[in-house]
Amino acid sequence: MTIDLSQFHQVFFEESFEGLGVMESGLLRMDPGAVDGEEINVLFRAAHSIKGGSATFGFNDIAAFTHVMESLLDEVREQRRQLTSRSLAVLLSSIDVLRAMLTAASGDGALDNALVARQQQELEAVLNNRESSPVIEHCAAPQANSAIDQVIGWHLVFRPLPNMMRTGNDPLRIIRELAGLGELDVKVDISLLPGFEQFDPEECHLCWDLHLHAAVEQARINEIFEWVEEQCDLVIVPLPGKDPASSTSNDQDVERDAETPRVSLVPAADSEAERHAGNERRRTDRRENERTASGAGSIRVDIQKIDNLINVVGELVITQSMLSMLGENFQMGQLERLKEGLSEMERHTHELQESVMQIRMLPISSIFSRFPRIVHDLSNQMEKKIELRLTGENTEVDKTVIEKIGDPLVHLVRNSLDHGIEAPAERIAAGKPETGTIELKACHQGGNIVIEIRDDGSGLDPERILRKAIEKGLVDSETQLSEQQSYELIFQAGFSTVETISDLSGRGVGLDVVRRNINELGGTVEIESKPGRGSAIIIRLPLTLAILDGQSVSVGDEIYIIPLLSIIESIQVKPDMVNLIAGRAETCKLRGEYLPVIRLYEILGVQGYRTGELTDGLLVVVEGEGRRCGILVDELIGQQQVVIKPLEVNYQRVDGISAATILGDGSVALILDVPGIMRLANATPELRVLQCSA
Amino acid sequence: MSAVSSSESALPYADIGEYMAFALGAEEYAVDILRVQEIRGWEAVTRIPNSPSYVKGVLNLRGTIIPVFDLRQRLGMPFRAYEKETAVIILTILDGEKRRSIGVAVDRVSSVLSSARKHIQTTPNFGAQLNADFIDGLVTANGKLVTLLKVDRLGCFSSEGSGIESELA
Repeated sequence: MTIDLSQFHQVFFEESFEGLGVMESGLLRMDPGAVDGEEINVLFRAAHSIKGGSATFGFNDIAAFTHVMESLLDEVREQRRQLTSRSLAVLLSSIDVLRAMLTAASGDGALDNALVARQQQELEAVLNNRESSPVIEHCAAPQANSAIDQVIGWHLVFRPLPNMMRTGNDPLRIIRELAGLGELDVKVDISLLPGFEQFDPEECHLCWDLHLHAAVEQARINEIFEWVEEQCDLVIVPLPGKDPASSTSNDQDVERDAETPRVSLVPAADSEAERHAGNERRRTDRRENERTASGAGSIRVDIQKIDNLINVVGELVITQSMLSMLGENFQMGQLERLKEGLSEMERHTHELQESVMQIRMLPISSIFSRFPRIVHDLSNQMEKKIELRLTGENTEVDKTVIEKIGDPLVHLVRNSLDHGIEAPAERIAAGKPETGTIELKACHQGGNIVIEIRDDGSGLDPERILRKAIEKGLVDSETQLSEQQSYELIFQAGFSTVETISDLSGRGVGLDVVRRNINELGGTVEIESKPGRGSAIIIRLPLTLAILDGQSVSVGDEIYIIPLLSIIESIQVKPDMVNLIAGRAETCKLRGEYLPVIRLYEILGVQGYRTGELTDGLLVVVEGEGRRCGILVDELIGQQQVVIKPLEVNYQRVDGISAATILGDGSVALILDVPGIMRLANATPELRVLQCSA
Repeated sequence: MSAVSSSESALPYADIGEYMAFALGAEEYAVDILRVQEIRGWEAVTRIPNSPSYVKGVLNLRGTIIPVFDLRQRLGMPFRAYEKETAVIILTILDGEKRRSIGVAVDRVSSVLSSARKHIQTTPNFGAQLNADFIDGLVTANGKLVTLLKVDRLGCFSSEGSGIESELA
């Protein structure tokens, strides 16, 4: 009987990715000078597991690749070899490649076999104590690697015969088609152009030297030149391939040109491989995220949490059968027992709810663990010295939040790295320590989780930001903005103060998407900065996305829910607390602070409100996005937990309203979005209606 | 009150469309019956602040929050107070790949109509008089004109819903 092993593939991949994560963090922590024996053991075991698993399931390429890594690690742990920083670097980049191989094997993406081959060669070179190996000569491919003859690109010399264009063929079109296959470097040779008097515009005297960086078969390229085969001289040579390619050379120029690809590219290939692997990794990370974000996926849960859950459900069942029994032959004398039973039921339901939510909570370390590697790679790439400090990695967050916050966080950290932290020389000149610090912190605050990204870099320059915003037409030139308001500008779409767009940031599309993603999770983003000293980005997210503790209030006949987290206190306004500014803006003085007053009925257009005078109603003092204000309502009804029902499912987002909920009587109540209400209050009435009906 | 004549009932199934007909005042309208989820009587809805006038509010449909539009106002007609015959038709809207539900309040529900597709007349061009985006076609039933409506366009929030003026200033 043959067992179908493919059902175990999923588990194998999950465990292998985890193992890779363990290896990666282990390698990053490792200091070549002082290698911890146990750490190396952990690494070795992880590699060994991956090798064994992949061999069992028939992924022989992966097994062979991992075997080399395992041998290397084995030698280190047996102290037959010193771990040099070079071998450390090669191991790190091998992990990227291995990740790509696993991802491709799990069916999610194509694999660059040439990259794998190169990486494997490097690994073997290190293993055999050769610090660098010429990439071209080493033709003996390792056993299991099947894709030897795959190339990463082609070098073409294309010289149309003078009459090529007369047959209706356009070299430009051909070159464009080539460019469609991948990255194309084009150099034109105009040496054969005749003088102006002899020039016939219908003849082609140009010759092109093309480098195509694409892993395509030669047949594909031949296809493109099919029509002009007879009408040009074409030389195609792979780059920098192992295969002495088919060179259809019938021209003396060929030998000269064909020499260039043979230059050994070892140092370049090193960083190219790293960068390539880094890109692969970013791409696969994103794909992984997309996959898990769409709902599929599994979650690892602490057994303790499941046990708790089972206990609570048990008690719930007991209470429920007790109530059933009571209900069967109910007499009024049993009313007390009924009430007791119901309140126990309420308690158990509450516990059950908490337990279940706990299950979906995972420590944020799963996201934070990405960052040491990112910071390590980027600081090397940018030649800056950066230290990353992580605090509060054990803070637990809902799984959905983890899935969606990862990418925005990565973007923000990259920003800090790229723009915030200065180059070492600049830092020393500014009297700062050479090594910049980026601190990633997570903690619980009330019912929110707060994530902070702090750097001690150059901070934000409000003037420069304002100038850029005016330049890009995001604000008009007369605008005066406070420092804080200037900082907020960087979240606008299309904004970037970077002069050159680097690979990481500066494309001007990042931060507004980041803010939108965070808002979609029900959170907020704020910026703090001190020019020259550093900046901090503070993200606040609700702990759970489904349930909210709210205060229900009434305005006229309508009931609204204000999230308890936003409420500081509720007061009855006394006449001496009321002040007017410029005859229009009402404020309420509370403990020395003047709070702007928002008449909720005005903002929400409620008819039939009862309180016209501030002193008639109740003022609910709330805080949102760092600002405070007082919201005037008719009555406070009660506090309750409400289930959040998003409006966007069937309708759309409404300014000032975060979601809806269903009250005990089956009717719908709207949950207020405090920062949104404050924004609406600042807008003029006409703008408000326009904004809302857009 | 079906519009199917004896010769039509002999047509293959695919050539006949079935529609849910209802009335707005004296005018008859209809929508594809497959898009009708259910029909409810009018009940109080929760108002949504600062929304277009045709959005009456939201209601709780067995745990889901569904917006309710006044169809007269959505088509640019003046509002008429709701009476006991006023009904809310819950429709399924296809928005790209997403399925959404909305409710539309109508004056009176009529009945189910069947009509051969070939009898459906394409919408005449009214030019600037009427924004005919919502209209899927015209058909005659029992001597009366029935306007077929495009359900997906009704559920489109971004356009200002007036049938008569084509755009709000």
